[in-house]
Amino acid sequence: MTLSSVLIANRGEIALRVVRACRELGIRAVAIYSDADAEAAHVRMADDAVHLGKSSASKSYLNADAVLAAARSSGVDAVHPGYGFLSERPAFAAAVEEAGLVFVGPPSSVIATMGDKAAARALARSADVPVVPGSDEVASVDDAVAAAEEVGYPVLVKASAGGGGRGIRPASSADELREVVVEAQREAASAFGSDAVYLERALQGPKHVEVQVLADTHGNVVHCFERECSLQRRRQKILEEAPAPGLSAALREALCDAAVRLSREVGYVGAGTVEFLVEGSEYYFIEMNTRIQVEHPITEWVTGLDLVAEQLRIAGGAELSVGQDDIACRGASIEFRVNAEDPDADFMPSPGEVTGLELPGGPGVRVDTALMAGDVVPPFYDSLVAKLSVWAPTRAEALARGRRALAEYRVDGLPTTIGLHRRLLDDQAVVDGTYDITTLESWLAERSP
Amino acid sequence: MGSHKITSRTPGVFYHRPSPDADPYVTQGASVAEGDTVGLVEVMKTFHEVKADAAGTVSAFLVENEDEVTIGQDLVELET
Repeated sequence: MTLSSVLIANRGEIALRVVRACRELGIRAVAIYSDADAEAAHVRMADDAVHLGKSSASKSYLNADAVLAAARSSGVDAVHPGYGFLSERPAFAAAVEEAGLVFVGPPSSVIATMGDKAAARALARSADVPVVPGSDEVASVDDAVAAAEEVGYPVLVKASAGGGGRGIRPASSADELREVVVEAQREAASAFGSDAVYLERALQGPKHVEVQVLADTHGNVVHCFERECSLQRRRQKILEEAPAPGLSAALREALCDAAVRLSREVGYVGAGTVEFLVEGSEYYFIEMNTRIQVEHPITEWVTGLDLVAEQLRIAGGAELSVGQDDIACRGASIEFRVNAEDPDADFMPSPGEVTGLELPGGPGVRVDTALMAGDVVPPFYDSLVAKLSVWAPTRAEALARGRRALAEYRVDGLPTTIGLHRRLLDDQAVVDGTYDITTLESWLAERSP
Repeated sequence: MGSHKITSRTPGVFYHRPSPDADPYVTQGASVAEGDTVGLVEVMKTFHEVKADAAGTVSAFLVENEDEVTIGQDLVELET
């Protein structure tokens, strides 16, 4: 069966991205929206739209019952969750399945397994994929201290049910660990509904490299090479590139093979991302994101694939449109996340009206955004308002194209991260591709007043 | 006796309590010192505490828990 209509359970640029893929495939696209988004681009460009409720996320895009009701009333045969919001909630995917609709993503059981850090680590071990040295769940402070002796300091205390970089605390000694475990358990209980925590060795300046995979319902699994995503602030990515600069051919092959093995082991279906930390010639699995990723355009640039279209085809029961040997990584691509945040005021969110807007264009430039001149960026949702991505035959040319495109990009009315990206492209570690996950925060600390 | 209104420094969603299951920061009739936290505003998935910028007694909440607020909106009224 091919899908004939899809409810897009998201907003902003990713909802618009899915609308566009639907239209190209001849699928009816149904948007959902909150009060604040009544005039939004993802609503205007969809074939149909269903109002959910008030503006706050919990009363709209995070309200699973309202989203399911919208899916039923609009007569769609599938639900695309995008990223964020309900995309990695196993209960939501299960409810979609139970309603007799197709969830555009893996089975809810796979989301549940990969969303449980301890279960995901166990699965990685059984697929012969290395994990960061760490402990099982620790039941008490004394257990944690004993486990840390085995793992080796410094350690990170992580919430089993955590994600997106939240619920992670470092400790460099037993005394510190005693305090941190209690705080971490309390925070995990309130943020994630479970106080289960475990320990992991804290690596010293690794790179964050992730592998894109695609898997269909016929048992075919391929990788689409890697993305380098080490430039992060508070564990939120800001700039990504493909391929990963400086990664040896042997290590690239090992990472991509490991990602495919893990996806097979868990019975993955759809587009997914397997994230690794890389230090020297060692690599460690950290987590799998069971959804389309924010930074998917750079993989589309270097492979020529349309990952969202592949998601929709897979959900309709088709085989992958390509085999592993058909997928090549060509040239170099960089993505710059444009957030409504003020880099000069500790990245304070900056919702407000966009009074003027000029988008970059020309060869090798793509902008994914739902933000138009005159729009108001609401305060209720994520601060990401646009993604600029560039492609060129070589990394040096991609950097030059990025500088050129960023110089063309103008947003009036509110501060964004565009200026930060311009400055980052003058940084030697960025130019050389030698940066790691500590680079951006040190860079910002050196420049803060 | 005068009255003073604590305003929101950012648009977002106003909360009376630090987390859904917690007790409210302050209740009507409570006395607060300057700098005490009286609420929380969520803006773009980040949380910002609302601090009393005067001392006094809480005479009214001008915004319900989980209501949307605009920048500069009155949140809490104090009797000073």
